[in-house]
Amino acid sequence: MSERIYITGIGMISAIGNNVQESFLSLSQLKTGIGKINHLTTRYKDDFLAGEVKLSNTDLMDLVKDNSPDLNRNSYLAMLAAKEAVINSGIDTKDGLRTGVISSTTVAGMGKTELYYKELFEKNDHLNVLDTHDCGDSTERIADFIGNVDYVTTISTACSSAANAIMLGCRMIKNGLLDRAIVGGVDALSKFTLNGFNTLMILDKEWCKPFDENRKGLNLGEGGAYLVIEGETALNKRNGKPLAEIIGYANANDAYHQTASSPEGYGATLAIKQALDMSNLNPSEIDYINMHGTGTPNNDLSESIASKTIFGEKVPKFSSTKAFTGHTLAAAASIEAVISVLTLQNQLLFPNLNFTTPIKETGLIPETQLLHVPINTVLSNSFGFGGNCSSLIFKKI
Amino acid sequence: MNSITSYARIKNNSVFVNGTLVFSADTNLNITEFLSEAYKKLSISYPKYHKMDTLCKLGFLCAEFAIQNTPFLEANNLDSIGIVLSNSSSSLQTDILHQNSISNKEAYFPSPAIFVYTLPNIIIGEIAIKHKITGENAFFVSEKFDSELITNYCEMLLQNNTTALVSGWVEINETNYDAFIFLTERKENINKNTIFKPLNKQIVTELYNT
Amino acid sequence: MDALIEKLKGQIIEQLNLAEVKPEEINPDSPLFGEGLGLDSIDALELIVLLEKHYGIKIEDPKDGKTIFQSLRTMAEYIKANGKG
Repeated sequence: MSERIYITGIGMISAIGNNVQESFLSLSQLKTGIGKINHLTTRYKDDFLAGEVKLSNTDLMDLVKDNSPDLNRNSYLAMLAAKEAVINSGIDTKDGLRTGVISSTTVAGMGKTELYYKELFEKNDHLNVLDTHDCGDSTERIADFIGNVDYVTTISTACSSAANAIMLGCRMIKNGLLDRAIVGGVDALSKFTLNGFNTLMILDKEWCKPFDENRKGLNLGEGGAYLVIEGETALNKRNGKPLAEIIGYANANDAYHQTASSPEGYGATLAIKQALDMSNLNPSEIDYINMHGTGTPNNDLSESIASKTIFGEKVPKFSSTKAFTGHTLAAAASIEAVISVLTLQNQLLFPNLNFTTPIKETGLIPETQLLHVPINTVLSNSFGFGGNCSSLIFKKI
Repeated sequence: MNSITSYARIKNNSVFVNGTLVFSADTNLNITEFLSEAYKKLSISYPKYHKMDTLCKLGFLCAEFAIQNTPFLEANNLDSIGIVLSNSSSSLQTDILHQNSISNKEAYFPSPAIFVYTLPNIIIGEIAIKHKITGENAFFVSEKFDSELITNYCEMLLQNNTTALVSGWVEINETNYDAFIFLTERKENINKNTIFKPLNKQIVTELYNT
Repeated sequence: MDALIEKLKGQIIEQLNLAEVKPEEINPDSPLFGEGLGLDSIDALELIVLLEKHYGIKIEDPKDGKTIFQSLRTMAEYIKANGKG
């Protein structure tokens, strides 16, 4: 009964490149984007590494060709990545079909608000900055930038946000509410998040080491990534070309702790299992897992245990690509969705950087070399604070 | 058929359950004082409650009032109960507390316990933890309560693995607060304590406006 | 030592928002985590902030909290040995 959902366009900007092409090169050449903090003004400039987009706000402004004071780094990143996805897909939003924009963010305009924080509250100055502070703002900017959009909504569920935006897009198409959607997430780096994650003591001062016994924590990143997804009918109508198919998705709550994952990875297990059920795949039919793999002691252990619960001793080839991009929070799941599409298109598995020693409790070993192997299906996990766990399954065309 | 089987409304220092006023306090009380009185009214002991930020306290209490005295949790598999909430200001009030602490150069002591509440979907986490609800969840940010968005999303979820939902709106901004939580179930649970209203946009709007 | 323990009781109740706990209910030798006060990992991080804020003690590795925060008494002993002022 249900409409098949295809990814027909991808766009991405992050520490490893300003577009998909550059990102692909960095991934293939095993070049991380994580390094010393350059653009963010922070007391921790010399203490922590981060995956910053390599462009200043002025550079970004030039790229979007809009010097409106109402824009901020978050909206620049969102607009650029979404536009790239739209151009890549070849859709024309003026063709009468219903297009939605479903975007996620957690930090929203915080980066700009905090710059003017003192002026805002002490002198009531720069109040226009607050107009762009809300989570919904960058979504509206994307919609305006693309034009002729019929439906706009914003999701905020922490680090799994973009996966939930992708899921909502799929469902709205399947339910006949939209013909296609631009889905994904964005989060620009801010002092707010850097200081906050530091209070949780889960930042590594060196490069993060996902799935390594000696992992100390994550590196924060920033970026935006969007997919154009279309229902089969809309795609056929315009003779479009699919890049990959979305065959499974699920979301569950871990119901354990505000920020930490349960020791047994209950929510993660539920999400993976239900995504597999939806895709009608046996666990053995998953060729590669793009893990959430933040590099924190808690996440990687919990995710490893959940993987063993589902896959037993035969855990598929896996890696976390966060050692390339840093943890980009609300953009993470869509950045990793773009990477998954690149994996399927090029039959290339991008490795888990900085790994040397398996975690004692589980002994799982991620791929550490660039691999050219047949990959038909990719499972991508994204877990967020608030216990929000999402899994997506992509299939090669 | 999808039925709304209970709902709670917290505004103007009053709590309504299924349209009936069950608790009200002096309107001069600020939100923190009022919520602390409303918590006592529930007669539960839940030490974690006191650690929550104000937004979570509001959402948590509203959910408690909606769920209390209903067979909702027993009648549904906890893995199949979803939570879908929304608001306009995200976690702004707590964001301000965190931002103040990190901009204080003289006494720089940002608090992890405050930072964990700088995401709106932590309310969902708190409700999930209290009741061990592990189904699907989502948090939307929209300008005002969007009954169409919430109703559509609930209907989509109820077509699949989800059999019951805790949904609504939990908003706090500098001038006001407002919470509305309703329970929806796929099957009608025969119990005299529940109401039955069909899940649709008009009914949801009507319940929100009571 | 006893005076420090009494002072810590108040500071912990305040810092961790233990609204339903009275100072006299905290046994200085009972475990702070697990059973008893029902503290969790965020509370452990808050105790690290407490040490820095009130006693000028900086803890870099959250794992160190495990030994320091075994009980009120171990915490007080640690402050005596490492605190400023």
